[in-house]
Amino acid sequence: MEWLTAFLNDLQLSGPALWHGFTITLKVLVMATIGGILIGTLLALMRLSSIRVLNLFAQGYVNLFRSIPLLLVLMWFYFAVPFFYTALTGNYLTIDTALVSSIVAFMLFEAAYFSEIVRAGIQSIPKGQTAAAYALGMTYGQSMRLIILPQAFRKMTPLLLQQTIILFQDSTMVYAIGLLDFFRTNYVRGDLMALLTQYILFAGLVYFSVSLIATYAVKKLQRRLTV
Amino acid sequence: MNYSWNWGVLFQSTGIGDSTYLHWILAGLGWLLVIAIVAWSIAMLLGSILGIMRTLPSKTARTIGTAYVTIFRNVPLLIQLFIWFYVVPNFLPAPIKSWWMNDLGAHTSALISASIGLGLFTAARVCEQVRTGIEALPRGQINAGYAMGFSTAQLYRYVILPQSFRTILPPLSSELTNCVKNTSVASLVGVAEIISQMKTISEYTQNTIEIYTIVTVIFIVINICLIQGMNLLEKRLRVPGLIAGEK
Repeated sequence: MEWLTAFLNDLQLSGPALWHGFTITLKVLVMATIGGILIGTLLALMRLSSIRVLNLFAQGYVNLFRSIPLLLVLMWFYFAVPFFYTALTGNYLTIDTALVSSIVAFMLFEAAYFSEIVRAGIQSIPKGQTAAAYALGMTYGQSMRLIILPQAFRKMTPLLLQQTIILFQDSTMVYAIGLLDFFRTNYVRGDLMALLTQYILFAGLVYFSVSLIATYAVKKLQRRLTV
Repeated sequence: MNYSWNWGVLFQSTGIGDSTYLHWILAGLGWLLVIAIVAWSIAMLLGSILGIMRTLPSKTARTIGTAYVTIFRNVPLLIQLFIWFYVVPNFLPAPIKSWWMNDLGAHTSALISASIGLGLFTAARVCEQVRTGIEALPRGQINAGYAMGFSTAQLYRYVILPQSFRTILPPLSSELTNCVKNTSVASLVGVAEIISQMKTISEYTQNTIEIYTIVTVIFIVINICLIQGMNLLEKRLRVPGLIAGEK
């Protein structure tokens, strides 16, 4: 039991750092979810529109992001965000590059996955709803904003939340570009204090509990939202 | 932008022997395939067993299957690979541990941990697909099987599995592409697969955009090949009479 007490003693010292890491994870999660759903909705609307160019663009975007690994996307953006910032403005990026580029990368990457959920959600609304909206004299924008999307989002909220739980787990990949999120903070501390085994297991336990509770909550919500 | 383009970077000499960077990329691609094949074999085998267990009448079998899926789906893949690489060897018996740490090269041990880790992670996903496939079968099939005097083993062998494995081919093919994409995580425990080769080459040559683009294209090509291959397989194995089976 010695290895456990050694770990618990060290945990009291590393607590604030771990908490800071957790807030970084949450920051990435919240920004990527909001941005991803917004961009994903736009992509879904483009995918369903009758304009061929938009249609092809959305299709290409989704296929591209779904065929390359998340790790590669993160590395692309870790390189590209400061590169293009400097190329466009002439200044060097002074804020936390790893944080900004991982948020951008997750937003654009998850948008591809969110867009498929939103598309399925929109397609699940009966055609009569659109027809009725047009019959009442609504424009395309009005019918989407007031009639279709509110119903579609109600249907797909559980799926979107499930995707967010996957995103929560995938956010550990920022390890590759050195962002000190919750997992990397655990790893660095464990490596430093020769408590790597304990810290990795602890991190695993935290991710496990959060995901499990969140999954349970989503299932409950799903039962309540069923129309 | 003062970026010096060099699309011929792959044919440049690495300065080590007479190898070019192309050799490094091909070596990385080779390790990617090794991990993907080993992991997918583990996943299909274990995933099918667990998926069947989750549908058996026995409560113990169902509980084991459910527990496995709950654990392996709620811990991030990266942490699972770190556990197999950094944590598990510490708990091995002393002789095996010393062999693992000292005699086995660092790259080989990383390769083995990554393949097993990815395989067990993917098995939980395959398990869920197999279970869904079995549960989607009409109840009448099972009842008819029992009515004809089949034992549970015979029922699975002759009635349930031949049908359900064919209906779950589309979701399985998407799990296969996920499995191949996830091999990239192995680079973080030190396997010299394609992503880590890409990183090294970009550091050596500074031709980041070119080498990243090449690797991205390689992944897209792999993906297209996998999807086409699975589509062919699906067409051959269609179940006649289902909506998905009509031509």
